[in-house]
Amino acid sequence: MASFKPTKVQFLPKLGEKVTEDTLYWKNYKSPVQIKEFGAVTKIDFSPLAPHNYAVTASTRIHVYGLHSQEPIRSFTRFRDTAYGGSFRGDGKLLVAGSEEGLIRLFDISGRVALRQFTGHSKAVHVTSFLSDGFRVVSGSDDLTFRVWDVPSAVELSSITEHTDYIRALAPSKLNPDLFVTGSYDHTVKVFDMRSGSSVMTMQHGHPVECVLLYPSEALLVSTGGRYVKIWDLLKGGQELVSLKNHHKTVTCACLSSVGNKLLTGSLDRHVKVYNSSYKVVHNFDCDASILSMAVAPDDEVVAVGMTNGVLSVRHRKHKKDKETLTSRRRRGPSYRVFVKGKNFVPRQDDFLVSKPVKQYLRKYDKQLKSFEVSKALDTALQTWTRTSKPEVTVAVIIELNRRGTLKNALAGRNEESLTKILNFLLKHIFDPRFSRPLLTVGDIVLDLYRQVLHQSPVVERQLQRLMEVLGREAELQQELLQVLGILDTLFASLTPRKEVAALAALPVDQGPQLQAA
Amino acid sequence: MVETSDIRVVRCGGSKVNLTPPIISSDSRFVLCTSGDLVKVYSTRTEEWLHSLQGHTNQVTGITLNPANHLQVYSCSVDGTVKLWDFIDGILIKVHSGLCVSACPECFQLVSVHLPKSAEQEVEAKEMSAVSSHISKNPSCTAFGRGGEYIAFARHLQLNVYFFRKQKTYSFSLKATDKKGAKNAFTCIACHPTDDCIATGHEDGKIRLWRNFIHKKEYTYSTQHWHHNAVNTLCFTPEGTHLLSGGIESVLVQWQYGAGNRKEFLPRLGGSILHISASSDGQLFCTSHSDNKITVIESSFKVCGVIQGLVKDAVLTDLMIDPRSKALVLNGKPGHLQFYSLLRDKHLYNLDIVQQEYIYEAGLDQFEVVKAAFDIKGSWLATVEERGKKSSDLEFFLKLWAFDERTQSFVLNTTITAAHTDRIISMCFSSSEETTMLVTAAEDSQFKAWCQGADADTQQDQNFWSCDFVGSYHKLNPTNCSFSADSSLLAVSFQEVITIWSPDTWEMLTTLCQPPGVIRDLCFGRLSCSKYLLGTTTKNLLCCWNLLTCELEWSTSVDVSKLQPDPFSENVAAFSYQSKHTDLFVFKPSEPRPLFTNKNVCSEKVHRAVFVPREEPLNSCDESTQWLNRSQLYFLTQNMDLLTFSTATEEDRMLSSSKQLVIDDSVAVTPFYLLLGKHRQQQQKLNTQSHPHNMALPLLLRVPGGGLLHTPAHVLPAASVLCSMFVNSFLISNTGVQQDPLRYFVHIWLT
Repeated sequence: MASFKPTKVQFLPKLGEKVTEDTLYWKNYKSPVQIKEFGAVTKIDFSPLAPHNYAVTASTRIHVYGLHSQEPIRSFTRFRDTAYGGSFRGDGKLLVAGSEEGLIRLFDISGRVALRQFTGHSKAVHVTSFLSDGFRVVSGSDDLTFRVWDVPSAVELSSITEHTDYIRALAPSKLNPDLFVTGSYDHTVKVFDMRSGSSVMTMQHGHPVECVLLYPSEALLVSTGGRYVKIWDLLKGGQELVSLKNHHKTVTCACLSSVGNKLLTGSLDRHVKVYNSSYKVVHNFDCDASILSMAVAPDDEVVAVGMTNGVLSVRHRKHKKDKETLTSRRRRGPSYRVFVKGKNFVPRQDDFLVSKPVKQYLRKYDKQLKSFEVSKALDTALQTWTRTSKPEVTVAVIIELNRRGTLKNALAGRNEESLTKILNFLLKHIFDPRFSRPLLTVGDIVLDLYRQVLHQSPVVERQLQRLMEVLGREAELQQELLQVLGILDTLFASLTPRKEVAALAALPVDQGPQLQAA
Repeated sequence: MVETSDIRVVRCGGSKVNLTPPIISSDSRFVLCTSGDLVKVYSTRTEEWLHSLQGHTNQVTGITLNPANHLQVYSCSVDGTVKLWDFIDGILIKVHSGLCVSACPECFQLVSVHLPKSAEQEVEAKEMSAVSSHISKNPSCTAFGRGGEYIAFARHLQLNVYFFRKQKTYSFSLKATDKKGAKNAFTCIACHPTDDCIATGHEDGKIRLWRNFIHKKEYTYSTQHWHHNAVNTLCFTPEGTHLLSGGIESVLVQWQYGAGNRKEFLPRLGGSILHISASSDGQLFCTSHSDNKITVIESSFKVCGVIQGLVKDAVLTDLMIDPRSKALVLNGKPGHLQFYSLLRDKHLYNLDIVQQEYIYEAGLDQFEVVKAAFDIKGSWLATVEERGKKSSDLEFFLKLWAFDERTQSFVLNTTITAAHTDRIISMCFSSSEETTMLVTAAEDSQFKAWCQGADADTQQDQNFWSCDFVGSYHKLNPTNCSFSADSSLLAVSFQEVITIWSPDTWEMLTTLCQPPGVIRDLCFGRLSCSKYLLGTTTKNLLCCWNLLTCELEWSTSVDVSKLQPDPFSENVAAFSYQSKHTDLFVFKPSEPRPLFTNKNVCSEKVHRAVFVPREEPLNSCDESTQWLNRSQLYFLTQNMDLLTFSTATEEDRMLSSSKQLVIDDSVAVTPFYLLLGKHRQQQQKLNTQSHPHNMALPLLLRVPGGGLLHTPAHVLPAASVLCSMFVNSFLISNTGVQQDPLRYFVHIWLT
């Protein structure tokens, strides 16, 4: 005697995003903390030292936040005009920032007043940074020059004018104190060596460069600008490795995660994209406004994103510790030991084994189907929880009833309440391509069965009206899609080369050598 | 044209075992059932086929135990004879011939035949008297009453009871229907073994128990109703305490006799129940089902054995050979594929393809397996199941099964729900060893190639199948697809055009067309003929193209219904249907002259055929039989008869092997058996007829003294038995009688 075969619920694969380790890693962030700043956040920089405070440049201020504080632990407010590009020195003790008026200020992280002021730029200085020896500061300005300053003496060491447009990107090398990379609105990325005093490498990005970034090995260079993110191989003389086009607006910032050196890019289209090592997007953070700046804390503890509306959004990483405190608060169920009790007993060789038939556990709707209670089975499948969270189970039961030829019986004889349930389910899922076929059958049968009594219930009538509307809309959409498909087909057909002609032309050539051989 | 006489068409195994009620021997050790021309004897414990009673020349229509001797069985057949057998040893005892077979197929008569007692083997039964001239053609509408006093038979709405002693018939009739829409036509009858009660089954599922029918007027009946459709069969247990009934629902129902509505159920037995029989001690029941199956059930309602025959009622798939087990594969019971060993004539196993609860209800549109294909190594199986032939919305699934070495069966790997938008017409695996690829062609004017491949995105080792290529040709519907022997070419026929594709680059290489008719069948040549492509069209044309020159090599006008290439040689078999009979041509694609021709193979069309590899090749040198050396051609006619070709050499070999197989002792040959078993046999022999010369012969020959001395004392029989034997075993035999003839003597004395 064969046992009852339960209803098969089809689990169709989810299209689109596939779950990988990367996505799981980047999903593991808490919901963001929003901090309101006074203006657009143009620069975020993490201190390389242990507490990993970060400096946020917005409007005329630079705020320094602790990793978990929502209030600034220190703020530098002595700017007359908008401040730009506040960045830490390698030891985290000094901070340098440019400003709209062309002044560059150097702060001690514990003090308030600027230690040094470098004057010389005639226009706004958008990017400033320490070189890796810590004694020199490099700055790029809208007056097309960039200058290198000596910190102890506060004098200008050199000034180079090679770019032909505003300089908006700067990345000093961490390995060599004389190297740095600049990007400008003149569509080029240049690598400068202070020892020669001029650029040693120039790469054409093709769009105004917003941000440049060096990989820790400094063999790869990332430049962003326009909608493109380009990766350059410096060891091959600046050859373009890949060009990514995943954003649909200007990419304004890029940074690297410290675990695995994954690239993150932020754009005016309000998305932060995370790439894996083969430069495929593995995760996507959504923000409320266009993104101007972004930084990742060491060990990927915090992802801070600054936006045009002056909001700083900080995401903290989830930790296992947090989860444990949550679960311990819940009431603990019976332990694993209870369930495996006696089940893992291995009989000895001379034991006489009495085997018990394995009991088949059936779901409630399966039990009802087994005893041919079709209406009840449909009711069970239409219970709120199943209907909302597992619609595929409901549809599987409907398909099974249809296969048994009893779907009409199951749908007949229902009152207003249960009919509304069915119609609501139809309204929600009838366009789902997975479910539409069986659900259209249900719709047909419902109309056939209740045509006479429909006008008695205004609720049902309204629902049917809605169903008609959405079906009409869907039909229009389908028609439009078909039209688009037709257009595409003609395009493709005109694009494919005509092979027959080529083959015919090639034939005589083939015959030539044969004739010669003959 | 070589006219051959040494190749003939023979019916091979897989006949129906469910035609008549099976019977259980009185010791409950054997189940006997009819199977074509044979009566087959199975063991109830092991479900093994022990032997068969061979002798009838036509379909056996009924068997019954001899009431006088429970070791004998009567069988009757359409050839007009009733034969008496000893079913344990499989020996024909008596033949009663001369029963006339009336030519009229419409009317069935019930006659009583007096079987004369005679010592001769061939007896002609002459005394016949008609009981009724109009009975139902269904044998279950006839039953003997208590102690054979009366016989009850029903036809349409009339129940007749004929009393042998009075020589009178009483008839009781029912109305055709009533207000509630009952359908009262009789479908089956059973008589109570000890009580005067007749149970009748009806078309609407009612069971009526008739009593007091000895009086013509004052009869009574009670009605019980559980079955929702016609009751197919009824059977009383030997004590008469229970009544068993079965119908299309495939639920065995046990009604307690005289206790009204108390009943027990045994559901989901398989196909609908056709017959039920009970053993004489009431410990075992047997049900035979419409899916050619016999189920052995204990009286505690537990299934203890299943004897499955070949199911071929509605063959939808092609005939296939499983490359691993060399079993014949076709769709069997609903939603399953059956694996059937043709060599042993034994059902191996069923593979559940649909994996859904089967609802036994007439007229319900169920999922059926319609296509299946194996890859060349037998490690992958592709199946297509389909539902909705009648209604407009067709549902079908393409499933791919991987062979699991550990469980030695196929495991579902991938289910593709919407492989195509319309019905899949043809399906084939690539024949190369390295990469497996499946090509499906469907009515949506596309063909698709499916590959098992890793997904680049997830970087995981995936074993699932996904679509690799979609091809079409001028929006024409494909009709066939086929891979060449080395899988370097794929031929897909679109109506009248054959397209040749390269599976590596998915480039269409060339098209071949031969105007008249849609391509019906397509196959590549093998081995030395692999440069040829064969195709048949609906306009009675068999064409052969040379793929090197892309030209038509030859064509001939034959209406080919099935083209079957032999995978082990260059030969191709073509069945052609002309003027109401089927001819077979076997040819090599390189020569237009057929190797072998057989006119009038059968009278129906042949749509399914398969070459089955032989276990050991024949070494016939005759030109006309050479093509059968390495494989055997089986084919299925439209009447679902499985036929094959057998050669003279093969039949000789079969005959010689059957002679060796006379030893039928089912008991293990232990020293104990050699001593005691033979002793018992001798005692029997002594009882029947004294024959002093041969008395001790078997023992002398078979029991050496050593065997006795090496056996532990506690398993030996009593010393009194042993003593004389032991002494005798040292005597030198002086009789010249051979061992083998002795066995035959013994049996003849016993009879």
